[in-house]
Amino acid sequence: MSETTHTGPVLAADGTPLKKSLARALRVEKMRALLMIAPLLLFVMFSFIWPIGEMLFRSVDNREVGEVLPKTVAVLKDWDGTSGELPDETVYQAFTADMLVAIDAKQHTKLGRRLNFEKTGISSLFRKSGRKIKKLDLETDGPFKEALIKIDKKWGDVETWKAIQTHSVNYTNGYYLNAIDMQRTPEGVAVQSESKRIMMTLFKRTLWMSLVITGMCVLLGYPVAWILANLPARSANLLMILVLLPFWTSLLVRTSAWKVMLQQQGVINEVLVWLGLVATDDRLVIINNATGTVIAMTHILLPFMILPMYSVMQTIQPTYLRAAKSLGATNWTAFWRVYFPQSIPGIGAGSILVFILSIGYYITPEIVGGAKGVFISNRIAYHISISGNWGLAAALGAILLAAVLVLYWAYDKIVGIDNVKLG
Amino acid sequence: MADTKIADAFVEFERVQKSYDGEVLVVKDLNLSIPKGEFLTMLGPSGSGKSTCLMMLAGFETATHGEIKIDGVSINNIPPHKRGIGMVFQNYALFPHMTIAENLSFPLEVRKIGKSEREAKVKRALDMVEMGDFGGRRPAQLSGGQQQRVALARALVFEPELVLMDEPLGALDKQLREKMQFEITHLAHELGITTVYVTHDQTEALTMSDRVAVFDDGRIQQIAPPDELYENPQNSFVAQFIGENNTLSGKVKSISGDQCVVVLDSGEEIDAMPVNVSEVGQRTTVSIRPERVEFDKSRLHADAHTLKAEVLEFIYMGDIFRTRLRVAGNDDFVIKSRNAPDQTRLKPGEQIEIGWLPEDCRALDA
Amino acid sequence: MKFTKTLMATTALTMVAGVSGAADMADEMTIVSWGGAYSKSQLKAYHEPYAEKSGVNIINDDSSAEAVAKLRAMNEAGNVTWDVVDVVAADAMRLCDEGLAMEIDADTQLADGDNGMKASEDFGELLVSDCFIPQIVYSTTFGYRTDLVGDTPPSKICDVFDLEAYPGKRSLEKRPINNMEWALLCDGVAKEDVYEVLATPEGQDKALAKLDTIKDSVVWWSAGADTPQLLADGEVIMGSTYNGRLFSVIEEQKQPVAMLWDAQVFDLDGWIIPAGLSDERKARALDYIMFATDTQRLADQAKYIAYGPARKSSAPLVSKHADLGIDMAPHMPTDPDNAKNTFLYNYEFWADYRDDIDAKFQAWLAK
Repeated sequence: MSETTHTGPVLAADGTPLKKSLARALRVEKMRALLMIAPLLLFVMFSFIWPIGEMLFRSVDNREVGEVLPKTVAVLKDWDGTSGELPDETVYQAFTADMLVAIDAKQHTKLGRRLNFEKTGISSLFRKSGRKIKKLDLETDGPFKEALIKIDKKWGDVETWKAIQTHSVNYTNGYYLNAIDMQRTPEGVAVQSESKRIMMTLFKRTLWMSLVITGMCVLLGYPVAWILANLPARSANLLMILVLLPFWTSLLVRTSAWKVMLQQQGVINEVLVWLGLVATDDRLVIINNATGTVIAMTHILLPFMILPMYSVMQTIQPTYLRAAKSLGATNWTAFWRVYFPQSIPGIGAGSILVFILSIGYYITPEIVGGAKGVFISNRIAYHISISGNWGLAAALGAILLAAVLVLYWAYDKIVGIDNVKLG
Repeated sequence: MADTKIADAFVEFERVQKSYDGEVLVVKDLNLSIPKGEFLTMLGPSGSGKSTCLMMLAGFETATHGEIKIDGVSINNIPPHKRGIGMVFQNYALFPHMTIAENLSFPLEVRKIGKSEREAKVKRALDMVEMGDFGGRRPAQLSGGQQQRVALARALVFEPELVLMDEPLGALDKQLREKMQFEITHLAHELGITTVYVTHDQTEALTMSDRVAVFDDGRIQQIAPPDELYENPQNSFVAQFIGENNTLSGKVKSISGDQCVVVLDSGEEIDAMPVNVSEVGQRTTVSIRPERVEFDKSRLHADAHTLKAEVLEFIYMGDIFRTRLRVAGNDDFVIKSRNAPDQTRLKPGEQIEIGWLPEDCRALDA
Repeated sequence: MKFTKTLMATTALTMVAGVSGAADMADEMTIVSWGGAYSKSQLKAYHEPYAEKSGVNIINDDSSAEAVAKLRAMNEAGNVTWDVVDVVAADAMRLCDEGLAMEIDADTQLADGDNGMKASEDFGELLVSDCFIPQIVYSTTFGYRTDLVGDTPPSKICDVFDLEAYPGKRSLEKRPINNMEWALLCDGVAKEDVYEVLATPEGQDKALAKLDTIKDSVVWWSAGADTPQLLADGEVIMGSTYNGRLFSVIEEQKQPVAMLWDAQVFDLDGWIIPAGLSDERKARALDYIMFATDTQRLADQAKYIAYGPARKSSAPLVSKHADLGIDMAPHMPTDPDNAKNTFLYNYEFWADYRDDIDAKFQAWLAK
C-alpha cells in the first residue's frame, strides 16, 4: 500500500522493537509456567518417555555379542559361513582369548543364554565348555581348534559359528523378525518354521478380540450410561457406585469370581441345567477359551467405557429430545437422529480407552483364556519374566505400540480426534 | 378467576391438576380456553405452574387430573410427536450436530415430505426470519439472536396451528429482546397461528400478548388483555406483579357504591375503589400506581382525602422523575412524574401532601 | 544462586537419609519367597527361630514368581534391595548364568549334616547350580477325583492319556515342561531316552501328537492353585499340580481326591543370594542360609508343608504335621513308596530347549 512508508519493525514507546519488548514481558510468565509444569514434565520424562525409549532401543540392541567376544567378532567377519568349511585357527584362538576374559567376568554364560534364543543348545555349550576353557593357557595349549573341538564337538559344527557370526552385529533386526514369525539366518531373512509360528496369530487374535470386547462394552455400557445421565442425582449416585464397584475389588478376585460363574460346574451352567435349557452332559464351555476372555474382560473394562460416555451424555440437555419430539420425531428417531450423534464423542473416548487397555491386558486372559483366549501380551509377559528374552519382548511391545498409534491415526481420519470427549 | 368458556375455543384446559409427588399440587384446577389465532401469555413467578401447563400442553408432562383439548379433541393420550405443536425452547435446543438447514429440514423429514418440497419450505422459513444465508452454518457459529430466529423458523417450518414458546428470549440482551418481541408478535399475527407464550417478564407479557394469564400458586389469578390487567388488577398479587405499585394496608371504614373510605393503620383516611372488599371493618390492602399519585393540590378534588408525605429521595431517570416518599409509615412509597418543562422537582426533606382520584386507588384483599 | 543452594541442600538431605537408611538395615533383611502356605512354613521353621537367635528383623516379599525379571531390573538399576531369594532351581541356574546370583561353596559356607556328612555330599546331586542351595524337593504329579474315575482308579501316568477308560477333563500346566516328557513316555519312549528324543524336532512333534489325542479334554492351568480348585469343583477328574497343593486338598480340606505318584517329576526349590550385595549384607545373608539349611531346620519345614527336605540327613527327622498331627513321611514325594517311578527335572535340557519347545508348544496350543 502506498501509505506504508515505515517498513521496519513496529517500535514500542521507548524505541525498542515491539516484538522484543513483548517477549521480555512474557518471559517471566513463561518461566513461571515452565516451573509449574516442571515436576510433571520430569515425572513423565522419567516414568514414561525414558522407559519407552529404552524399550525401543532394547528391541534392536545387540551389543553384548561384540562386547563379550570382540576379537572373535573381528576375525569372524572374514569367514564365509556358506562355504561349509569351519573357520580357521585364528578364529578359535581369538575365541579362546575372548572366553578367558569373559569367564573371569562371568559373562560367558550370559552370552550363552543370549545366543540360545537363536540356536538351541548354545546355552549349555557355553556353560559346560566354560569350565574347561578356563583351564586352557593361551601361550601353551594351542592349537585351539583341536582343543575346543575336543572339549565339545559342537565347536566343530559350522552352524555354531554361523549363529555367532549372524548375531554379532551391534544393532539387529532379529528381534523384530522374530516378533513377526520371521528369523535372521546366515542366508538372510527367512520365514520362521511353521511349527513355531505363533506371533502373527496372537497379534491378529489380540486385535480382533479387543475389538469384540470394545464392541461388547459399547453395547452394554451405552444403556447404563444413558440411565446414569438421566436419573435424578440420588439414584444416579447409587448406580454409579455399582458401576465403580469393580474398581474397588482386586482384579484377581474379580477374575476368579468369573471362573466360579462360568465353569462347567459353575453357576451359569448349573442354572441352565436346572432350567432344562442344556443337558447336563452337554454343558456350555464358556471359560478357558476366547468366550471366557471376552466375558471377563468386558466386565473389567466396562467402567472405562461407561464413565466417558456418562460424562458426555450428561452434557446433552434433555430439551434436545423434547425438541425433536415436538418437531414430530418418534422416540426412536429422536434418539437416533438427535441424541446418539451427540453421544458419539463419548463412545469414541470410551472405545479408545477400552481398546488400548484391552490389547495390553494379560492377567485376565492368562487366568480365563485357556489356550485360545490368550493375547500377545501374554507372550510379552512370558519373554519378560520366564524366558528372559527382553529384546523380543521389547520388539513385540514396540509393534503393539505402533499398532495403537496406527489405529489412533485411523480413528482421527475416520471420526476425527477432536470428536473425543471425556466430559 | 376461572375463565369463562369461549364458544370457539381452540385450546382448552378443563379442570386440569398436576402433582409430581402425589402430595403437592403444582397446578390446581386449571380452566382455560384459548381461541384460534390468539397470542396468550402465561406470566408468573418461577414455581407458579406456568411452565408445567405448557409442558402438559406439549405432551412432555401428563395431567394428573382433567382434560386438555385441541380443536375439541382430547389430547391426553396423544404422544408429543403426534400433537403437531411447534415449540421454541428457552435455550433454543438447536441440534448442534446439524446445520441450520438440516435443523429446519428435520421436522419435514420425519413427516416424510419429499426432498424438493422440503428444500422450498426450509428456504421460505429461513427467509421469513431473515436467515436465508445461514443454511450451511452450524448453530454454534451463530449469535444468540440468530439462533433464536432459527429456533422460531424451525418451530414454524412444518406449519403448525399452535406454537408454544418457553421463555424464548430469556438469554438475549435487552435491546435484542425488545426487537425480537416485536418480530415474534408480528410473525404470529401475520401467520394467524395460535401462540402460547411463557415468561416471567411482565413487560414482555404486556407488550406482546392479546391476553395474559397471571399464574401464582398453581392457579390463574387473572386472565385479561394487558391494559385491563394493568388498570384493573383483580387482587393484590396481580396488582403487585404487574407493573409498579404502592401498597398501604388498613380497614374499610365505609362503602358507598363504587367508593369507599379506608382507615390506614397510621389512623389517616383515604378514598379508594372497593374491588374485592364488601363489608365495613374488613382488612384491606390498597394499591395505587406511582404515576397516578398527585402532589399538586390544585389537580385534586376539593374534598379528596390527602396524606402527609416526606420526600426521601429524588431520582432523575431521563423521561421520568422517580421520587421516594415516606407515607403513613411506609418508606417505599414511590411516585413517578413526567419530565415536562413545568414539572416540579421535589427535594429530599420536603414535606408535601399527596392524593389521588378514588378510582385509581383499589381496595383489594388483605 | 538461591535455587542452586536449595538444590544442594535437598541433595545433601537425601544422601543423609540414604545413609541413615543403610544404617537401619544393619538389623534388617529382605527375604523373597512365594507367599501363602509356603512362606508360612518358612516363617515357622526358619524366620522365627533365626530372628530369635540373631535379632535380625526379617521382611517378607512375595515376589519369587517374578524373581528373575526383578533381579535383572535391580541389577541394571544398580540397586539390589533383596538379601535372600527363594527360587526354583531352573531360575537359580538362569540367575547364576547371568551373573545375578553369587556362587556359594557348599562345603565351606553351609553347615555339615548332623551326622557329620559334608554339605556337598548331604545335598548330593541336588546341588544343580553353583549359586543354589536346595531347600525342598517338591514334585509335580497328578491328583484325581476318587468319585469320578470309576471302579479302577488310575494308577499309571498313561491313564492320563486314556480317554476311554477315564473320560472327562484333565488339567495340565500351560507349558511344555513335564507334559512333553509324560507324552513321550506314554507314546512308548523308554524313560532313559526321553530327553534324547525330545531334543529332536521329530521327537517334539511326536510328543505334541500324543498330547493332541487329549487336547480337547484338557483344561490348561497357569497357577498352582488352579488344579486343586478344579478338582474340588469337579471341573476335572484328574490334574497335575504340586504335591503340597494336593496334600492340602486331601488332608486339610478332606476332598475326595487321591494322589497318582507315578512318573512324578521332582523339582527343587531353594535359596540364592543376589550378586552385588555389600560385604555386610552378604555376610548376614550367608549366616541366614547356613542356619536355615541345616539338617534340623530343613526337617522342621516338613511339619508345616508336604515337601521333602533336600538333605539326606533330614529325612529321618521328618515328624508329624504341626496342626493335623498326621505322619508326614508318607506324604513326602521322596517317600520310597511314592518314588518308585520318578523324573528329576532336567535343568540342563530345559535351559537349552525351553524357548524352542515353548514356541512350538504355544503354536500347537493356538491351533
